[in-house]
Amino acid sequence: MFQGRGIVCERGERRIFSNLDFTIAPGGAAVLRGPNGCGKTSLLRIAATLLRAADGQLKWDGGDISEDIEAHRARLHFIGHQDAVKGALTVRENIALWANIRGDGEGRIDAALAAFDISHLGDTPAQYLSAGQHRRTALARLVASPAILWLLDEPTVSLDADGTACLQRVIADHRAARGMVMAATHIELGLDDAELLRLKPQ
Amino acid sequence: MKQLGAIIQRDLRLAARQGGATFLALVFFVLTVTLFPLGIGPEPAVLARVAPGVLWVAALLAAMLSLDRLFQADFEDGSLEQLALSGLPIGGVVLAKIIAHWLTTGLPLLLAAPILAVLLNMDDEGFAALMLTMLIGTPALSLIGAIGAALTLTVRRGGVLLSLLVLPLYIPVLIFGVSAIDAAVHGLNAKPHLLLLAALTVACLPLCPWAAAAAVKLSLE
Repeated sequence: MFQGRGIVCERGERRIFSNLDFTIAPGGAAVLRGPNGCGKTSLLRIAATLLRAADGQLKWDGGDISEDIEAHRARLHFIGHQDAVKGALTVRENIALWANIRGDGEGRIDAALAAFDISHLGDTPAQYLSAGQHRRTALARLVASPAILWLLDEPTVSLDADGTACLQRVIADHRAARGMVMAATHIELGLDDAELLRLKPQ
Repeated sequence: MKQLGAIIQRDLRLAARQGGATFLALVFFVLTVTLFPLGIGPEPAVLARVAPGVLWVAALLAAMLSLDRLFQADFEDGSLEQLALSGLPIGGVVLAKIIAHWLTTGLPLLLAAPILAVLLNMDDEGFAALMLTMLIGTPALSLIGAIGAALTLTVRRGGVLLSLLVLPLYIPVLIFGVSAIDAAVHGLNAKPHLLLLAALTVACLPLCPWAAAAAVKLSLE
């Protein structure tokens, strides 16, 4: 159970949102909606502990996550605006790299490549990829190393319909295995039953 | 530990793939040192006298030249964010990157130094001290430099600011490095200087990754 209570976000003295509550149960999802600049990315970065909330509390199974930030970070995946894909390495190397750094080994690389339909690109240096393929490589990390909480910030940017379908399947599998998803997206990701968090500009 | 090893391996692999940029520090080191005989004349006695200082100053500048790549590339493509979220302590991530930096810049400088010392006609007695000071001192250059590199992450064209921050902090390394070699050349005991240099590096080992990690955290907010 991942919960936020009374989250307040301030960026450069300006209040972005205040008193935001959310609850994501195992297998659950939350979708963030709202106009540009309403704090969707900020909320995801707060949930990832990259950004400090001005006030409020994040809880995991009832315990305050600020007590062990590294443990929280180890159980989440954050897909942001940047892909963190190195052009000098091949697609396979890029995915394997993060699986190794997270300590999960390379056992699930093939499954990750297949899940996003990039198996044929495994040995291609990432600098020759299109924007959509680049994005798929970044998303393949989700499958390559398991994490229970996925924080997705506009994950479908530059994906085509086929890529979006891949992502939908992966998210559905993740939730079926009691994984949790928090996503800022304007495209349907098969998250119809998700809690809808509407952020309003202040 | 295994995960930190994976970060070091990653940085070494990236350095190997990107080739040219990695050896920039080494090439800069060699070129700068070879400029001195052209600038101050070929008299062997003069060159031997200035050799320790020239080698260390050039090593300092060469190490500094490669610092802006330490975190910048990872910061720009989102990798630094992902490293911070890998569940490892950020201090550990930073230390792994510093070790990789030393292996790709400090170690080549260390290996090239004796060859350049011959070029500068340095006294035979100084070679052991030169290698020792380079071995003990160059890790401190990577460690101290990491603080500057982390602090200037969000600054556009932070290169100049980086050198202003880092060069003053390099002065102790320069002083003890050169004085150890000078002592050995003049038949004095180099050990006190080497011990002071070692103390400096040992003090940097926990402090610098910690400080750089704090700066990295701030830059990610």
